[in-house]
Amino acid sequence: MIYDPSVLPVIIFGIIVVAVLGISFYLGKRTSGAKGYFAAGGTIPWAVNGIAFAGDYLSAASFLGICGMIAFYGYDGFLYSIGYLAGWVVALFVIAEPLKRRGKFTFTDALDSQFNSKGIQLMAAISTLVVSIFYLIPQMVGAGVLVTPLLGVPHWIGVLGVGIIVIIIVATAGMKSTTYVQFIKGALLIFFSLIVVIMVLNKGFSKAPTEDFHEPISLSAVMSGGEVTDVYEAGYSVVGSLETAGHDFIKLSSDGIETWWLLDEGELKECLSKTTAEDGTILYNGADKEERKFFSVGSMVRIFADGQEVQEIRKLNVFSFLAVINDSVLLQFKNTTFTDGTDKVHIWYQQETPGSLMMRPGLKFKVDEDLGATGKTKFDFVSLMIALFFGTAALPHVLIRYYTVPSPKDARKSTILAICAIGFFYILTLYMGLGAAVNGVLDVESSNMAAPLLAKSIGLFLFAVISAVAFATVLGTVSGLIVAASGAVAHDLANFMGKEVSDERRVVLGKMSAVVVGVIAILLGILFKGMNVSFLVGWAFSIAASANFPAILMLLFWKKTTAKGIASSILMGMVSALTIILLSPSMFVRYGMDAAQAPFGIDNPGMISIPLSFITLIVVSLITQKDNATKMEHKD
Amino acid sequence: MDHGPAIQSGPDKASSYKSKLGVRMFIVYGIVYLGFILINTLKPKLMAVEVLFGLNLAVVYGFSLIFLAIILGLIYNYLCTKKEDELNKEEEPEK
Repeated sequence: MIYDPSVLPVIIFGIIVVAVLGISFYLGKRTSGAKGYFAAGGTIPWAVNGIAFAGDYLSAASFLGICGMIAFYGYDGFLYSIGYLAGWVVALFVIAEPLKRRGKFTFTDALDSQFNSKGIQLMAAISTLVVSIFYLIPQMVGAGVLVTPLLGVPHWIGVLGVGIIVIIIVATAGMKSTTYVQFIKGALLIFFSLIVVIMVLNKGFSKAPTEDFHEPISLSAVMSGGEVTDVYEAGYSVVGSLETAGHDFIKLSSDGIETWWLLDEGELKECLSKTTAEDGTILYNGADKEERKFFSVGSMVRIFADGQEVQEIRKLNVFSFLAVINDSVLLQFKNTTFTDGTDKVHIWYQQETPGSLMMRPGLKFKVDEDLGATGKTKFDFVSLMIALFFGTAALPHVLIRYYTVPSPKDARKSTILAICAIGFFYILTLYMGLGAAVNGVLDVESSNMAAPLLAKSIGLFLFAVISAVAFATVLGTVSGLIVAASGAVAHDLANFMGKEVSDERRVVLGKMSAVVVGVIAILLGILFKGMNVSFLVGWAFSIAASANFPAILMLLFWKKTTAKGIASSILMGMVSALTIILLSPSMFVRYGMDAAQAPFGIDNPGMISIPLSFITLIVVSLITQKDNATKMEHKD
Repeated sequence: MDHGPAIQSGPDKASSYKSKLGVRMFIVYGIVYLGFILINTLKPKLMAVEVLFGLNLAVVYGFSLIFLAIILGLIYNYLCTKKEDELNKEEEPEK
């Protein structure tokens, strides 16, 4: 899809990015020593830390990924909101304070506080790196997504831009500046999302949601012997047909432009198509991209309010908005691919979806047998929900925030504030996602763009502010992640190698590794273009829940836990989760292979890798009980 | 390199109380969350049943999980702070 940059968004965007860099440089000058760099000297007020938690968490995954997934799959996207938030309960009730009492800079310190074990130091540092990089990919993809409609530049320039700005921020500042930047942006993102939701509720529903909305056309087909031979519309002629995925697609020609149509009970329904010719030429709906034949989608075909069918309905409240969607019928576009001669065709065809299906799980995660669920798809669903629940408390960049406040009490209070802010935002995501689904703003090529494009349909100013804030939030999240990852390298690995490294040297090491991690993130962000960012974040959660969570939990609650038990459970959780992810159907599609060939057939490893990690910890700990003779008892 | 906390805090007498309370609240929330997963997996059609203000069970249960997290969090903080203040007061005269 083509996006035109406008002057206002570019100016607002520029102001916010410059402000972020300004804060970073200003606070960076006041940061000294390793503790200042990695943990902001433990001086951040709890309220600031709480909103910064939210700012960290409500990044590309939430604003872009969840809203996009809700727009395309309805309630299934909201499952991520529920899982992400529920994870905070684990963090608050079980992990926050005990961990704060044990650590200094990183969660490796906390895990290792009783053991001084080389194995733990190495494994925890590697797992921090792996989880951080997996979490970085969707942030970078999200950055690319944001700049495309905002500045009209390609995806890769967005990724590269974010990478460079963040490397500068992290290399010059540290945890204190990223905390304050996250605080400001977390607050702004929640505020402006609320404005979008109020506008969406006020606007309500209409069959023609925007002035330039393109209502998909239907033509009557002339049938002969079960074949389409012509259409009842002057200027169109049938030039081809194809049956795939249980549907008949007809190719029509008009004014020399070839377009694809779905045959449905004697009607030909307009499709969106992207045709790649053998020589690499790409046509959108039969024409060059610049001719803008590729339209936005997402609308209602039948609107029911209080049992009556209406053309439009305005000024809804938080309940009636959801109730009307539940009773109405939406027009969605499903996609499939096929080859037509030497051309590769990616087609999006119309499908009417009852609102009641949008409002319950099942369009993405198959849980209902009537909608194609199998034992494996249900297992995949449970696996995801478990990983989201246990993943939050095991994310290194979330854990590191516990070390930026003065006391365990402050850690607790900031977590509760974060839960309130994040919970409120996640409720907003349902309204933003569904709003995008029915306001004719969706770009079928990228689910990630739903929320920014919804804001754009409301007003250019709102779009500019919200995109710039979201972009800046990505900057902050990426900075926080890179600090966590570079902390792992500089601090934990230096400890592992047993070298006496001065504080200054540690910071230099941290900054050097920040640059390396940043470059890796840029490359992966470009490679993973087009994947839903929330789906990608789900993987980071799975790895964190598998590698780190069993170790943290057992250390806190099982006295027989040994150093070797912890190290081997981190290794087992990380390796098993990574193996299943790298051999998953979604990754097979990424490799350009057939998803059906994926050996495990599931995308989410949690239900296998988390128990494996627990079992490993218990078995190894029981075998190595004699090691605990030298264990230091933790005093609260 | 020392491995003490970021800022040294005195021994916390309330820690075992907080820890037990936290685990209990976690179990309560865990059961409600598990119920959500089980209904979705075993009886998915139940999620479409309308329960409140024209909203189906999926939406009501989902929102409830979010609000329950907030409410339990606030209760937990209130009880922990109360206990901390109580035990700190007792401790002061000994110093």
